Amino acid sequence: MSLYRSMPDTVLTTTVDKLLNWSRLSSLWYLLFGLACCAIELMQTGGPRADLDRFGSVPRATPRQSDLIIIAGTITLKMATRIKLLYEQMPYPKYVISMGSCSNSGGLFSYAYSVLRGIDKMIPVDVYIPGCPPRPEALTESLLAIQEQIKKEKFLVR
Amino acid sequence: MTPEEIHSLLAETFPDDVLAWDPSAKDPFVVIRPDGTPGVMRFLKEDPRTAFDFLDNLSGVDLGERLCVVYHLFSFAHRHRFVVKVEARRDDPRVPTAALIWRGARWFEREAYDLIGIQFVGHPDLRRIMLPDDWEGHPLRKDYVYPTHYAGIDNRREYD
Repeated sequence: MSLYRSMPDTVLTTTVDKLLNWSRLSSLWYLLFGLACCAIELMQTGGPRADLDRFGSVPRATPRQSDLIIIAGTITLKMATRIKLLYEQMPYPKYVISMGSCSNSGGLFSYAYSVLRGIDKMIPVDVYIPGCPPRPEALTESLLAIQEQIKKEKFLVR
Repeated sequence: MTPEEIHSLLAETFPDDVLAWDPSAKDPFVVIRPDGTPGVMRFLKEDPRTAFDFLDNLSGVDLGERLCVVYHLFSFAHRHRFVVKVEARRDDPRVPTAALIWRGARWFEREAYDLIGIQFVGHPDLRRIMLPDDWEGHPLRKDYVYPTHYAGIDNRREYD
């Protein structure tokens, strides 16, 4: 008779890693941080129709409470140094979503003198979303991709 | 007053300062001497016939050999408009400030300084307004070379 079968139905068994990862991926708090028109879609995604809150994602007003930063918009060189600072203020483990063409590669403003050509020149990116701007569904999908990534991680022992 | 009337008034009052007049432009304008700017602007604002109490816009233009400042004036009292241009030498682009006459000119002039590099003499706080303080050059000049690096960031891409 296995140990599992001896327990009542109300007891679940799992590994510590899975439990920790489940709690982490179910509370991905993102930094409330928008740069350009993608930020409008980001607000829509937080709103009632797309509703990121149902995945446990809520916006935080400080990088110190955030697990995730969504780079939503055109990054000017002036802002790039600030984004680096915000990213460094976030506690580990932290994730980055690059939202939209501007954040991926500079996009429409790639040949402007003042625009950073892709946020991956400053900070490591986990998920890139194409689009100009991406729809809220795409942003939701990217959040699910981050969750899938967290599921595979070893959190307790690295 | 019509632009023609404003021009003839200016030409009478400041015969040495009014250099050119173009009535065929969509917004007819006069070109005035840089050193005459404070006197002409003060007159345009304070004379009851013109009473330009509002500086609608101030912009910088790179004309090649010269740099130009364009002032769009509007009068709420008379509901008339006028355009004044001042041209400065490219190697020494100094223009007297209008910020002491219209307070709104402070940010306009900071912008023209930031992007075109016009030095507004007498401006109370002539700093860059949009680009970072450590930016080199003035990007809207025609001979501006686009930077590949900024603050240690290599901004080049493989497909350049």
